[in-house]
Amino acid sequence: MGIESPSAASYIKHHLQNLTFGQHPDGTWGFAHSAKEAAEMGFWAIHVDTLAVSVALGLLFLWLFRIAAKKASTDTPTGLQNFVELMVEFVDGSVKETFHGKSKVIAPLALTIFVWVFLLNLMDLVPVDFLPAVAQFIGVNVFGADPHHVYFKFVPTTDLNATLGMSLSVFVLIVFYSIKVKGISGFVGELTLQPFGKWMIPFNFLLEGVGLLAKPVSLALRLFGNLYAGELIFILIALLPWGLQWALSVPWAIFHILVIVLQAFIFMMLTIVYLSMAHEDH
Amino acid sequence: MNLNLTLVGQAISFAIFVWFCMKFVWPPVIAALEERSKKIADGLEAANRASRDLELAQEQADKILRDSKENAAEIIEQANKRANQMIDEAKEQVIADGKRLREAAQAEIEQDALRAKEALRAQVSALAFAGAEKILGATIDEKAHSEIVEQLAKEL
Repeated sequence: MGIESPSAASYIKHHLQNLTFGQHPDGTWGFAHSAKEAAEMGFWAIHVDTLAVSVALGLLFLWLFRIAAKKASTDTPTGLQNFVELMVEFVDGSVKETFHGKSKVIAPLALTIFVWVFLLNLMDLVPVDFLPAVAQFIGVNVFGADPHHVYFKFVPTTDLNATLGMSLSVFVLIVFYSIKVKGISGFVGELTLQPFGKWMIPFNFLLEGVGLLAKPVSLALRLFGNLYAGELIFILIALLPWGLQWALSVPWAIFHILVIVLQAFIFMMLTIVYLSMAHEDH
Repeated sequence: MNLNLTLVGQAISFAIFVWFCMKFVWPPVIAALEERSKKIADGLEAANRASRDLELAQEQADKILRDSKENAAEIIEQANKRANQMIDEAKEQVIADGKRLREAAQAEIEQDALRAKEALRAQVSALAFAGAEKILGATIDEKAHSEIVEQLAKEL
């Protein structure tokens, strides 16, 4: 399949379309059979693939770590426990370095973010046609669907909904802790009385409001953008003749090992930083 | 790119995962880690203490060894001295004994000689009397002349 062929565009589009479940404009419920139908469903629809993969990976994370947590002892750790302790120690160190208050939530939150986002990103390294082909096979043979209508975008972090869902949760925590630590008046004061004092309240509010809202938006868009771009490159590489694909996909995949860890780390680190800022009194 | 309910679903699952992690994953692991690091710190401290104790014991052992060496040397010296002294004493004793024995022997010899002389003298006097009797043919008053005979015997 060459890049010039007319099906290249539809191949890419097909790969970038989520499996969407929602209400059709005519009132019936079901899966969207095209990007247009998915868009027409509006806000009250869900991306089944994104949710399924992220929940499955989240459960995998909790299952693995729970096993290790149950076996946690002061004896010499082995295997899985070693790995889990390494992760916990790493996250604990990162949190302690940045966040100086006392909070029972932040460290486990950071661990969850790091491991979960990493696992979601890791899906990026699965060959682009592998899971969609499995999904298509199941869709056609189990549900009797039209193969062209079975969409399956298996990297949840290439779905803005997933990254925004997490970053908005972080945003809620930022606001919650800001109010908890500084009180409502303190929080409002922080938003309106600086940097230019009380005679410039509207301007201050605009400035600080944008600054506050930029946190979740940038958090979500950074992760989404990096992974979306990376996945798109993989899809483009998949359009090359099969004998040539490895020459590009292998280096890109190796490079992406770095990117997915780095993005997971950045998401975690920025979450810690934002929450520690929320805890600080000016 | 459609923003839709997925966002809420993701946020809810995120919250549940964080809650689970906070309740069931983080505390046991971090508790084990802290306990282990405390255990290691204790172990290191114990090792330090033990090596300090060892050093102390070594020193003490060295001191005891040194003392006992000194003691032994002293005892040997004393024994040597005592042995020499005993030998000297024995020598002196022997010399003194020898001298005394010699003196005793000498005295006895002299006494014997004296006694022999005495006996001889007596016999000579008796012999002289007998001879004189024979010569004179008469009995001599032994008492009256014993003086003369004795004098004679002394001249022998």
